[in-house]
Amino acid sequence: MAAINQKHIRNFCIIAHIDHGKSTLADRIIEKTGLLTSREMQAQVLDNMDIERERGITIKAQTVRTVYKANNGEEYIFNLIDTPGHVDFTYEVSRALAACEGAVLVVDAAQGIEAQTLANVYMAMDHELEVVPVINKIDLPSADPERVIHEIEDVIGIEAVGAPLISAKNGINIEEVLEQIVAKIPAPEGDSSAPLKGLIFDSIYDSYKGVIIFCRIMEGTVRAGTPIKMMATGANAQVVEVGYFGPGCFIPCEELTAGTVGYVTASIKNVKDTRVGDTITDAQNPAKEALPGYKKVNSMVFCGMYPADGAKYPDLRDALEKLQLNDAALVFEPETSTALGFGFRCGFLGLLHLEIIQERLEREYNIDLVTTAPSVIYKVHKTDGSVIELTNPTNLPPQTEIEYMEEPIVHAEIMVTTEFIGPIMSLCQDRRGVYLGMEYIETTRALLKYELPLNEIVYDFFDALKSRSKGYASFDYEIKGYERSELVKLDVLINKDVVDALSFIMHTSMAYEKGRKMCEKLKDEIPRQMFEIPIQAAIGGKVIARETVKAMRKDVLAKCYGGDITRKKKLLEKQKEGKKKMRLVGNVEIPQKAFMSVLKLDED
Amino acid sequence: MGIYIHIPFCIQKCEYCDFLSFVSSSRTRERYVEALLSEIRILGKQYEDVSVSSVFVGGGTPSCLEAFQLEEIFWTLRSSFHIMVDVEFSVECNPGTLDESKAKAMRAAGVNRISLGLQSADDTELMALGRIHTYGMFLESYELLRENGFSNINVDLMSGLPNQKTKDWEETLRKVAGLGPQHISAYGLIVEEGTGLFRKILSERKKGLESLPDEECEREMYYMTKGILRDFGYHQYEISNFSRSGFACRHNIDCWTRKDYLGIGLGASSLIQETRYKNTADMKRYLENSNRPDSIQTEKTVLSIEDRMSEYMFLGLRMTDGISISGFNRSFGLDFFEVYGEITLRMEMEGLIFRSEDVIALTPRGVDLSNFVMAGYLL
Repeated sequence: MAAINQKHIRNFCIIAHIDHGKSTLADRIIEKTGLLTSREMQAQVLDNMDIERERGITIKAQTVRTVYKANNGEEYIFNLIDTPGHVDFTYEVSRALAACEGAVLVVDAAQGIEAQTLANVYMAMDHELEVVPVINKIDLPSADPERVIHEIEDVIGIEAVGAPLISAKNGINIEEVLEQIVAKIPAPEGDSSAPLKGLIFDSIYDSYKGVIIFCRIMEGTVRAGTPIKMMATGANAQVVEVGYFGPGCFIPCEELTAGTVGYVTASIKNVKDTRVGDTITDAQNPAKEALPGYKKVNSMVFCGMYPADGAKYPDLRDALEKLQLNDAALVFEPETSTALGFGFRCGFLGLLHLEIIQERLEREYNIDLVTTAPSVIYKVHKTDGSVIELTNPTNLPPQTEIEYMEEPIVHAEIMVTTEFIGPIMSLCQDRRGVYLGMEYIETTRALLKYELPLNEIVYDFFDALKSRSKGYASFDYEIKGYERSELVKLDVLINKDVVDALSFIMHTSMAYEKGRKMCEKLKDEIPRQMFEIPIQAAIGGKVIARETVKAMRKDVLAKCYGGDITRKKKLLEKQKEGKKKMRLVGNVEIPQKAFMSVLKLDED
Repeated sequence: MGIYIHIPFCIQKCEYCDFLSFVSSSRTRERYVEALLSEIRILGKQYEDVSVSSVFVGGGTPSCLEAFQLEEIFWTLRSSFHIMVDVEFSVECNPGTLDESKAKAMRAAGVNRISLGLQSADDTELMALGRIHTYGMFLESYELLRENGFSNINVDLMSGLPNQKTKDWEETLRKVAGLGPQHISAYGLIVEEGTGLFRKILSERKKGLESLPDEECEREMYYMTKGILRDFGYHQYEISNFSRSGFACRHNIDCWTRKDYLGIGLGASSLIQETRYKNTADMKRYLENSNRPDSIQTEKTVLSIEDRMSEYMFLGLRMTDGISISGFNRSFGLDFFEVYGEITLRMEMEGLIFRSEDVIALTPRGVDLSNFVMAGYLL
């Protein structure tokens, strides 16, 4: 393609609360701009992974370039950057936003503004993006576009009266969205002859091409042969190919100039060298300073992952390495548990990220996993003045060596209809939340602000929130920092032995309650065995709760089913299969699911 | 070879029952008997060279058929197969379905063993189980059979019933043992998923109620069964089966020692030359195709040597005589301890089996935990 006129480029993303129809609108835009016929469209073109499609969420940012012939007769290039839709990936979202000039804000005509809508809009505004509101799902019986338009104007403070009223699902009024993108979102600026500055907003690993960097060229030009340098990581490489994004494919081109969005390959072997947020520049003619906003993403949540079948340890390592090629936020290192054998301590951006990795390991790599309770990073200040960042409760130094401990605190915003304010507040209270304030969005909905310890929300907070609000509450948080806290390690002893994989760090005030619940839960999960098994919870050697699994007295199947031996054999085989799913800890057989079940203490 | 014939009909489905049986119309029963007769005739031709040493007609409730239908089945069987002179010929009957004409028809056809389903001697317990009869009606049936010359009678009993106390069970045991049947089967109740009882107990549990005796009590009942029946002169030859000397059920023992048996009728299982078969449980399909026995088989498993060894163990261990090590070595041409040395040692150390000379059998504790032991012997 000949030199692209910057005036005819529109770089934008779509932002929305989960389920408000972001990916569906993206599909419609691709379809309407003529890239694919609807027959070729598989729903949600941009969501590539099975898990994304199944869960209906976007995990990796996807990007597509389309050409739109506007009503004024001109052709425009649309670079649509689909952003991850979950709080775990906030940083990725912010980098994707930095690559755009505008954002299409999708709001559900029935549900109105939700916590993530706000979080995303504020982020877009921080990046000085032009926000184009769109009201989706207007064909729902419960749709109330008038109310939602007022809400957008009152709460966010952007004009929404002319917002397109659409149904992405049924393809209603999509043209109007496209026209507004052309009319409202500014064209990119930037000097194609200036020193190169390209913003990395994502990267993936391809086994033939190496790392494929997704970038937005802010200044300058990049083409095959350009020697490039990543300004933060310092990695150097020579560009092999540049191009732009077709739907689900890469289309090489001659050069990427200022204002364009595209990809660069340079035989880079590791995504770690191409961190999201870093700036690409020309090694021989470098930019004076990098683009602002780069930060290294740190894992927030850690857990141990062990192969259910110990022999699969090498497979697990290979699988983690492969996933890491595509996911710089995933970190892992080998660890050993006396209960679970060899495995890895893995770090994640958040719980969803953890679940996704877990699911991909099980599904794509066929590895049965035992996962230990997720933990956050605690800062342990020792009496000798040193500070440890603790990711595995087992490594907590003895109490005598600890001066004090700190835990990460988040600033949380919860959007909820007024009838559920009570239950949600008591939930936050239970989770050691500090109430910061409440704003009424409209008469029936409020935004609750709380400070919450991260370790109180990492596993089941989201579920608890949903169940106490009949699914209506929405939730967003950001890390605020560390605070000193009275924390203890709760150990679980099964048949008098500490089971390291079940150790937990928690606030003192929770310990008794949790300890008791854990013992109860384990009592239910551990089947009776040949001998009596005491289950104890202890803090620093002091037992605070105890349950007993009685010795097995009876395991008889008296009937013989009129000669149906096959049926009897199947029953015995089932019993034997069940034994295989057990872990032998000391001389006690513990089912694998027992390790996971203690995470869900609040369910009953 | 043994023959098993299945009659899937009952007057009423019991609350605990998950066997293949149901309430039926007289038309269905007629058609079923017809289909059964043609299956018997065809199979008889296939097995004309084989001698039949035991016949077991089970259900359901075979005795809910009419006397003439029973006659037809038994006589067709006799004319189609080579039935040995000293055959054990058992029929399952339930109190409330027997009458003089049926007893006479069975007797005339050479039936020499009757298995009576009593379950409990307590009318309240019987009612709760959904049985159609009282203890009094059982006594009438028992008397009727005796009068008609049946000298080998089994009574089925069931312990661990909802709300049953140890002394209730003791009473049932003593009443029945006092009558002196040749054989008593005393099973522990198993609440199977999908039964009426299962749903009832589940809904009670939701309200925090528990009517089933706990494990301790259930085991106590079991030990009591062994003690009382021993005192009454019964010999325990299997986990749940007791008999007077010489009256152990041949059909049972053949099944546990893996002798060939041919299953006839809806859902019936067979073991023929180390292959297990199962007939369809679909009545329509059975009625239409019973004259082509191959076409109604739904399951066919050719047993591997591992399957056969596993069966040898888990079936053999049911019997108080246990299994014979030399018998194992002979049957499979392998050394028992090569195959099962390690598990046998472990089970012995746990006190679940004992070994003497050539025999391996369950200890009393091994009986309590028999599933655990048997699962250990699966290959």
